[in-house]
Amino acid sequence: MNNVFVYCEIEGTTVAEVSQELLTKGRKLASELGVELHAVVAGTGIRRKVEEQILPYGVDKLFVFDGKDLFPYTSAPHTDILVNLFKEEKPQICLMGATVIGRDLGPRVSSSLTSGLTADCTQLEIGSYTDARTKQTYDNLLYQIRPAFGGNIVATIVNPEHRPQMATVRSGVMQKAVYEGKARGEVVYPEVGKYVSPEAYVVKVLDHHVEASKHNLKGASIVVSGGYGMGSREGFDMLFDLARVLHAEVGASRAAVDAGFCDHDRQIGQTGVTVHPKVYIACGISGQIQHIAGMQESGIIISINSDPDAPINRIADYVIVGTVEEVIPKLIKYYKQNSK
Amino acid sequence: MSLKIVVLAKQVPDTRNVGKDAMTPEGTVNRAALPAIFNPDDLNALEQALRLKDKHPGSTVGVLTMGPPRAGEIIREGLYRGADTGWLLTDRLFAGADTLATSYALATAIRKIGEVDLVIGGRQAIDGDTAQVGPQVAQKLGLNQVTYAEEILKIENRVATIRRHIDGGVETVEVPLPVLVTVNGSAAPCRPQNVRLVMKYKYATCPLERPADDPRADLYAERDYLTLNQWSVADVGGDPAQCGLAGSPTKVKSVQNIVFQAKESKTLTASDADIEGMIRELLDEKIIG
Repeated sequence: MNNVFVYCEIEGTTVAEVSQELLTKGRKLASELGVELHAVVAGTGIRRKVEEQILPYGVDKLFVFDGKDLFPYTSAPHTDILVNLFKEEKPQICLMGATVIGRDLGPRVSSSLTSGLTADCTQLEIGSYTDARTKQTYDNLLYQIRPAFGGNIVATIVNPEHRPQMATVRSGVMQKAVYEGKARGEVVYPEVGKYVSPEAYVVKVLDHHVEASKHNLKGASIVVSGGYGMGSREGFDMLFDLARVLHAEVGASRAAVDAGFCDHDRQIGQTGVTVHPKVYIACGISGQIQHIAGMQESGIIISINSDPDAPINRIADYVIVGTVEEVIPKLIKYYKQNSK
Repeated sequence: MSLKIVVLAKQVPDTRNVGKDAMTPEGTVNRAALPAIFNPDDLNALEQALRLKDKHPGSTVGVLTMGPPRAGEIIREGLYRGADTGWLLTDRLFAGADTLATSYALATAIRKIGEVDLVIGGRQAIDGDTAQVGPQVAQKLGLNQVTYAEEILKIENRVATIRRHIDGGVETVEVPLPVLVTVNGSAAPCRPQNVRLVMKYKYATCPLERPADDPRADLYAERDYLTLNQWSVADVGGDPAQCGLAGSPTKVKSVQNIVFQAKESKTLTASDADIEGMIRELLDEKIIG
């Protein structure tokens, strides 16, 4: 009762990295609240294959639902599992990845349990809240902090009355770390049929095709990122040239992705990937909060922008005022000349 | 086989084109400074609905929206592009709704509309980016759902075949009707307004949009289709406790207009000397290598 739950997402028998990141965050929240961290995972043929990918992150109790047709994921069976498990366990917090699966599943669970859900949180903290109208104070609530309104403001959301307090978080926002402390590490294998009705398996997956990511944006030590100011898909070719020279990965702002200059899987920001490279080179990016949320913890930030007042310049270590067409070839040229 | 399709659409402030006056000095959103638009993903949803109508003669497409009276604009926009009807949920009791209270209101309206085969909405709205309302409506109505759809490939024998995006790939699923589908912004763009339909519907309004002494009162009396459906909480038989602010489990504790900790930055020009100097500095300090 009253514990912190993390829903662990899988592809086949591999646990998603975002779920491990959330386990680490969930562990911290549980310890601060003095409760246990519980995890739940559902799939087909996962028994004895997923436990070791989940327990090391400080899990006190793991619920493994292993049954036919639980993979590939479909909405209704996984919803039934969480809703019925949560009715028994009554967790106070539930975290899941802001992935296609998490954003499909979270709202259904929240709708069924009438609990609040906040999408794409960038920070999670514990704190108190006083209702301005009733003057009632609530302690130990989950602060769900996220950019809102197209990334122009940052809002702190709370769910005073309803449980669980649910939040989704994008990949890379939290950092995963094997837990050094002591956790119980109990594993249980509930009978799937007691949680999922046969009628839940109505959606048939005819074809499921997932490719390993073509890039390692999250782990890159240098990121070269382009915005709307790159002008075109061809403009992005210049970034790929720079990235090859620097052994960097290419990212993009939402505006560039929306304009079709770059593929969506390279989007950096609150609604994309969060990166923590040593060097971040922002090319033609103005710097909306929702983008900055995904890169502000970079070591050195270099902004190349023809607008000296671009918001991103305020957090940059180097501001190069100039056009990308002029500056990027020079970066390539002088890097080649000066590096050994 | 004809289909009864409801498209969920939202009028949103255009957060993609935020000017300097978009925030008030108090750090709240200055909605008046932002143009109100048809949420982009919802236009992709409307197109999928209209394509089904083209393929399945006798089908109807209705646009369901919730908002202040001026959101009647969304229904007109839908009619101009080929929708047959629309419903505006408008009531002060709906105001301040989070995603859960919004989904309650929409689900209650869909129940009143009745016998719906497909509910199609955009993946998410640009003012919140939550992608939650669609699945929450589906759960409340006990509907099957397919999110992140790219294309509704076909519907045969009341089974829909849908291609959707998943993380790192694609999936094709079969789902029996009735179903709720949310459509990606990368799906086919919506067809343009049809001039004939614009002529037909340009005066179509909800009663609350009309001034007290409307000069077109006679026209409205003569042509029923110019009066758009406008529903209050009571009209849809909603429970006020589950609507609007009262029905929202999430509360906004605080909103901040973010001020970034300004760094001590070096400002350079695009000159060769400046750029070579920076590259050398980064190499010397082994920041790049």
